[in-house]
Amino acid sequence: MEFTRRDTLALGMGAVALTVLPFRANAAADDAIAEFTGGAAMADTGVTLTAPEIAENGNTVPIAVEAEGAVAIMVLAAGNPTPGVATFNFGELAGAHSASTRIRLAGTQDVIAIAKMADGSFARASSNVKVTIGGCGG
Amino acid sequence: MAEGVKPRVKAPSSAAAGEAVVLKTLISHQMESGQRKNADGTAIPRSIINRFTCEFNGTSVIDIKMEPAISTNPYFEFEAVIPEAGDLKFTWYDDDGSVYEDVKSVAIA
Repeated sequence: MEFTRRDTLALGMGAVALTVLPFRANAAADDAIAEFTGGAAMADTGVTLTAPEIAENGNTVPIAVEAEGAVAIMVLAAGNPTPGVATFNFGELAGAHSASTRIRLAGTQDVIAIAKMADGSFARASSNVKVTIGGCGG
Repeated sequence: MAEGVKPRVKAPSSAAAGEAVVLKTLISHQMESGQRKNADGTAIPRSIINRFTCEFNGTSVIDIKMEPAISTNPYFEFEAVIPEAGDLKFTWYDDDGSVYEDVKSVAIA
């Protein structure tokens, strides 16, 4: 098959579209982050997210979050059909500002934790989890 | 009301004043995400517990907003500071309006 100049251009455009598309998939997660932080900048340190590197079963993936001095921690799974996972709001009598739970992941993806500190700043941590069997019953 | 919902809480019966204690909670619940389909291909409607709170003598310890990505039989582990003798009250709020409660008394050792 011969490639004309027009075909080559079309192929190039297709390749560009493919690389841009994955960013759209994360749009829902970005919206959730923007709503939580109000668009504020996020520090890279201050919040710890503990998640397994490989999860055999996406139905129950144990995770733990910890952020000293946080008032709230939001956990997101960017690759899920709905990115929200949970928001932990710490009260007056919270001990260490940590919590652990078990979550569902649809597939291999990044899990994101964003902590809102008492002084109004934000911190973010993310961890890539490889999922062998997805947890959305598909 | 979802059937067979049974809250289980592990909390110490006594603590030193001002001590941070670890609390573990588990509640048996389907947590139907709304993503699954039944044999006819129609989506099974969402039915989850959407909020969990823990209070000590009326003061908030933790308030968790839960979304469908929380696993079946939601489990939480967190810490609470016990300033005095009193009751820890755990509350789960279901999508269908049901509220499940459990209370654990903590004495000062």
